[in-house]
Amino acid sequence: MHGLAFDISHSLAGGLVLVSFMMLYQDRLTSLLNVFALHALMLAAAVAWQAFIQDAPHLYVTAAIALIFKAIIIPVALRRIVYKLGIHREVETVVGIGMTMLAGMGLVALSLALMLRVTADADALAREDLAFALSVVLLGLLFMVTRRNAVSQVVGFMSLENGLILAAAGAKGMPLVVEISVAFSVLIAFIVIGIVLFRIRERFDSVDVSQLDVSRGERS
Amino acid sequence: MSALAVELGCVAALLATAVIGVAAARTPRLGRVSVYGLAAIVCTIALVSAAGALLRQEPPAEIVLPLGLPWLGSHFSLDPLSAFFLVVVDLGGALASLYALGYGRHEHAPQRVLPFYPAFLAGMNLVVLAADAFSFLLSWEFMSLASWALVMAHHREAANRRAGYVYLLMASFGTLMLLLAFGLLAGTAGDYGFAAIRLAPHAPWIATLVLLLMLLGAGSKAGLVPLHVWLPLAHPAAPSQVSALMSGVMTKVAIYGFIRVVFDLLGQPDWSTSGIVLLFGGITAPIGILYALMEKDLKRLLAYSTIENVGIIFVSLGLALAFQANDEKLPAALAFTAKLFHVFNHSLFKSLLFFGAGAVLSATGERDMDKLGGLIHRMPVTSVVFLVGSIAISALPPFNGFVSEWLIFQAVLQSPQLPQWGLKILVPAVGALMALAAALAAACFVKAYGITFLGRPRGPATSKAHEVDRFSLAAMIIPAALCLFAGVLPGLVMDALAPIASDLLGNRLAPQSPLAWLSIVPLAESKGSYNGLLVAAFIIVSASLSYVAIRLLATGSVRRGPAWGCGFTDPVPLAQYSAAGFAQPIRRVFGTLVFRARDRVTMPPPGDIAPARLRIELHDQVWERIYAPLANGIVGTAVRLNRMQLLTIRGYLSLVFVTLVTLLLVLAIWT
Amino acid sequence: MDVITDIAVQGVQMLLVFALAPLLTGFVRKIKARLQRRRGPSLLQPYRDLIRLLRKDVVLADNASWLFRAVPYVTFAAIWVAAALVPTFATGLLFNWAADLIVIVALLGTARFFLALAGMDVGTSFGGIGSSREVMIAALAEPAMLMIVFCVALVVGSTHLSTVADHIASTEVGLRVSLGLAMIALVIVALAENARIPVDNPSTHLELTMVHEAMILEYSGRHLALIEFGAQLKLLLYVSLIICLFYPWGIGVFGAGPAAYLAGAALYLVKLTTAGFLLAVFETATAKMRVFRVPQFLGAALMLGLLGTLLLFVSKGL
Repeated sequence: MHGLAFDISHSLAGGLVLVSFMMLYQDRLTSLLNVFALHALMLAAAVAWQAFIQDAPHLYVTAAIALIFKAIIIPVALRRIVYKLGIHREVETVVGIGMTMLAGMGLVALSLALMLRVTADADALAREDLAFALSVVLLGLLFMVTRRNAVSQVVGFMSLENGLILAAAGAKGMPLVVEISVAFSVLIAFIVIGIVLFRIRERFDSVDVSQLDVSRGERS
Repeated sequence: MSALAVELGCVAALLATAVIGVAAARTPRLGRVSVYGLAAIVCTIALVSAAGALLRQEPPAEIVLPLGLPWLGSHFSLDPLSAFFLVVVDLGGALASLYALGYGRHEHAPQRVLPFYPAFLAGMNLVVLAADAFSFLLSWEFMSLASWALVMAHHREAANRRAGYVYLLMASFGTLMLLLAFGLLAGTAGDYGFAAIRLAPHAPWIATLVLLLMLLGAGSKAGLVPLHVWLPLAHPAAPSQVSALMSGVMTKVAIYGFIRVVFDLLGQPDWSTSGIVLLFGGITAPIGILYALMEKDLKRLLAYSTIENVGIIFVSLGLALAFQANDEKLPAALAFTAKLFHVFNHSLFKSLLFFGAGAVLSATGERDMDKLGGLIHRMPVTSVVFLVGSIAISALPPFNGFVSEWLIFQAVLQSPQLPQWGLKILVPAVGALMALAAALAAACFVKAYGITFLGRPRGPATSKAHEVDRFSLAAMIIPAALCLFAGVLPGLVMDALAPIASDLLGNRLAPQSPLAWLSIVPLAESKGSYNGLLVAAFIIVSASLSYVAIRLLATGSVRRGPAWGCGFTDPVPLAQYSAAGFAQPIRRVFGTLVFRARDRVTMPPPGDIAPARLRIELHDQVWERIYAPLANGIVGTAVRLNRMQLLTIRGYLSLVFVTLVTLLLVLAIWT
Repeated sequence: MDVITDIAVQGVQMLLVFALAPLLTGFVRKIKARLQRRRGPSLLQPYRDLIRLLRKDVVLADNASWLFRAVPYVTFAAIWVAAALVPTFATGLLFNWAADLIVIVALLGTARFFLALAGMDVGTSFGGIGSSREVMIAALAEPAMLMIVFCVALVVGSTHLSTVADHIASTEVGLRVSLGLAMIALVIVALAENARIPVDNPSTHLELTMVHEAMILEYSGRHLALIEFGAQLKLLLYVSLIICLFYPWGIGVFGAGPAAYLAGAALYLVKLTTAGFLLAVFETATAKMRVFRVPQFLGAALMLGLLGTLLLFVSKGL
C-alpha cells in the first residue's frame, strides 16, 4: 500500500486542495472557469488512480464522467453563458482575497485536526483522502459564501461536489448507480441554474445574487 | 556576606538615595549628581553580586525579615531565576543612571523625578527578591506607584495626565488579578510563603484559573494585547531614562512574576493553557509592531515595539509550557532558555534605543520624526549606536536579537513531538506570525532610523543639533557593545542561563561553551546549529576583501554633486518621504484589516492652486471595541447610581431597611 | 588531509558562485532576447558592465553620509556569505554548520535592511518610494520563506542545508505534496526577492512602478558595481537554493572524492541552465503586476507554505 502508490494518490488529493485554493485566489470569471476545469481534471486523475490501485473498474466510469462533464462540457457551457451575458471582463468584488485565503487555511486546519483524530484507526490512505475531501468541501462552501456572482456560486457548488466524489472514491464502497445518479443530478442542477441565471439577468440586468434580496423584500 | 544580603543592602541603599533625592531636589546639580551617581554605583554592586551568584550557581538562599505581617514576616530569597532577573534589572538600572547623569541636566522639574527614580529601582529589585505573596504584592504595588509618579513628572501636559490616569487604572486592575491569583494559590490554609505554596498540591482547575489570572495581571503590566493600552501612553510620557527602565526592565519584572508563579509555584501545567498563552503571544507580536509602524512619535514607536517583543517572549513561554505539559524536557528547556535570552536582549537594545531617542530629544527638542532627519551628520556616535540597536531589535545577524529568535524558531520546529493536534497545528501558525512580526520589525526600524537619522533635516531644530554629553554616550555604547557580544558569543550567555532551566524544568541544554569554534547547538548537531562568531567574521572578511579588491581595481575618486531628482530637483526637504508616507504600503496591506485604515484625498479642481490634502484615518480597534464601551458603561452606571446621593431621609432609611432584610433573608436561606 | 579537502571545497564553492553569478544573469538576458526575436547582448556582457562600472568615478549626492558609502560593501558581503553557504555541487561544506537555512534568510534580510536604509539616506522621493515598497515586499516574503523553511525542516528534521540535500537526494522521501507546495512558494518568493518580472522589472528605469531600482537610484561607479553584483549573486543563490532543496539528485555527497564532485558540478551547471531557461520563458510570458497586487501574490506563497506545513501532518501521519 505504501510507497509510490500512496505517494501519488496523496499528491493528487493534495493537488485538489491546492486547486481549490487557486479558485479562491481568482477574481476574474474566465480564469475561474479555467481553474475549475483544472479542478475537475485533478479529480478525474485522482479517481482514476484510486480505480487503479483499488482495482475497482467502476471508478473508472466515475473518473470518465468527471472528465467529460465537469472538465469539458460544464466549463465550456459556463464560458458561453459568461460571454453571452457579457460579464467575461468583470472583476468580481471579493471579500478580501487575503482574508478568504486565511479563512481557508483555518478550514483546512480544522478538517485535518478533526478527521485525523476521528479516524485514528482507519487505513492511512482512506484517512488522508477523507481529510482532503472534507477540506475541499469546506473550501467550496467558503467559496460560495464569499462570492456574489451567480456563476461563481455555481462553480463553487460544483467544486464542493468534487470533494464529495473524492470522499466517495476513497471510501471503497459507493456503488456505481449512486455515483451516476449523483453525476446526473448535478448535471440537471447545472441546467436549472443555467436557466435561472438567464432569468435573473433578464429581470435584474445583473447576476449579482444580492439583487435577489430586493425581490424578497429584504432591502428596499 | 551572602549575595542575598548584598542585594537587600542595595535595596536599602536605593531607598536611602530616594530620601537624599527629596532633600537634594532644591539644588538641581548636586541632586542630580548625588542621586544618579549613587544609584549607578548601587546598581553596579547589585549587578555584580547577582551576576556572581548566577555564574557561580550558588544554591538558593532565603532570609526572613521581621517586617510586614506579624505572623508571616517578609521572606526574601535568591535563586538562579531571581538572580538572572536581578542582572536584567540592575544592568538596566546602572545604565539608565549613568545616562541620566548627563541627560538629567535637561530635566526642568527635577524635584518630581529625583526622589521617585531610586524608589522605582528599589521596587523592581524587591519584586524579584520577594519570596512570599504579601511582600511580592507590596513591592509590585510600590514599583507601580513609583513609576506612576515618574510618568506624571511632566504633568502640565494634558496627554501625560491622561497617560498617568490610564496607567493607574490598568495597574490597579493588574494588581487585583495578582491578588486573586495569590489568594487562590494560598488556598484555605492561607500560607503565603512561596516555599509553602510550592509544596502544596493545586487542583487542576485552580492551576488553570491562576494561570489565566496571572496572564491578565502580569500581561497587563507587560503590555500583552489587548491589555496594552496604557503602555504606549505611559512609557513615552516619562523622562527618557525612565522610559528605558519601564520598557526595557519593568516589563521584564512582569514576565518574572509570570514565570515565578506559573513555572515555579504551580507545578505541572495543562497543555490547553499553553495554547492560550501561545495565542495571546502570537497575536500580540504582529499587532504591536503594526501599531509601531503607524507611529510618527519616536518614543511611542519604541513603546509599541516593546509590545511586539513581549509578544515574542510570551510565544516562547507558551512553547515552554506546551513542551513541559507533555514532559518533553529538552525542547522545553530550549524554549525557556530562548525566552530568557530574549528577555536579556530586549532589555539591552530597548534601553539603548530609548537612550538614543532621549539623546535626539535633548539635542533637537523633537520627538516627532516628521520634523527630524539628517541627524547622522550632526550626531555621529548616537547614530552609530542607534543603528546597532535597530539591527539588533530587527533580529538580524550577527547581533543578539537574531540569536534569541533563532532559538525560538528551533523550538517551534520541535512541534511535531507534541501529541495534541491542536498544538501541532497552532505552533507552526504562531511561528508564521512571529516571522511576520520579525519582518515588520525590520521595516519599522528602517523607518525609525531612516526618517530620524538619514535624509535631509526637516526642521530648523534639527540642523542645529549637536552630539550629546559623554555620560549619555557611554550609557549607549555599553549596551551596543553587549548586543554585539551576546550576538557573537551566544554560547556563553546560554550557559549562564542553563541553571535556571534545570532548576525550574528539571532539564537543561547541553553546555555550549566547550563546543568547537564557540558555535551553539541547542539540541543536536544534525538539527541545527549557529555560529555567530564565524558569521560575523565571514561578513567582516568578505566586506574587507571586497573593499581591498575595489581599491586595487577601481578608481578611488569621489565627486560630489546634487542629488539626482530625475530632472525635478526639489530643494524643499519636506518633499522627502515622511513617517506616514513610508508606512503607506504596509498600511494599505495590513492596516485596512487591523486599523480599518482609510486614506482620503481632497484634490482641488484643475486650475485651483490650493494644496491637495491627504487624510489618513486609523482606528485603534482595541480601544474602540473594548475599552470605550467599558468606560461608557461604567460612567453610565455611575451616573445612574449618582441619584442615590440625593435621596430624602426616608429614602435612605428604606435603603438601609431593604438591605437589612435582604441580608437576613440570605442568612435564613443559607443556613 | 580531510581538512585541506574541506577548505578546498569551501573555497571552490565561494569562487564558483562568485564567477557564475554574472553568467547566469547574462544567460537569462540572452534567452529572453532570443524569445523576443532579438539577438541580445553577449553572455559575457554582465562581466563587461561590472568592469566598466568599476572604472567610473563615484558621484555622491551632497548630503550622502558614511552609511551610504558603507552599504554596498556590507550588503555585498552579507549576500556573498549567504551564497557561499548554499551547497551547489557538493554537500558537507566546511562552514555549513556555522549557519543553517534560517541564518541564510536572515543574512539576506541584513542585506536588504542596509539597502533600504541607503535608499533613505540621500533624502529624495525616489529612494523613499523604493525603500518603503521594498520593506513591504520583504514583510510578506520573509514569513513565506520561513514557512518554506519550516516545511522542509519538518520533513527532514534539520535546518542544515547539507543535511537536507543529503536526505532528499539519498533516501526515499517520495512524492510529497507538501514539498511541491513549498517549491511553488519558494519560486514565488525568489521572484519577489530578486525583483523579477511579475513583481518588479529588473531592466526598467524611471518608472513609478519600479522598486529595487528606485532604491539604488543614487548609486554610481564602483558602488553600483557592487550592488549589481550582489543582486546577481542573490539570483544565483535562490536558484541554487531551489536546486539544493528540491532537486539535489547527483550532488556530490560529502567525502565522495573529486570524481563525484566533478560530476556534481557538471550536473549543477545543467540544472542551472534549465532553471535560467525556465525563468526567461516565464518572464517573457507574464506581465508585471501592479504594486498592490504583489501582496496577494506573496500572500499566496505564504498560504502555500502554511498549507504545505499543515499537509505534512497528513502525509507523515505524524
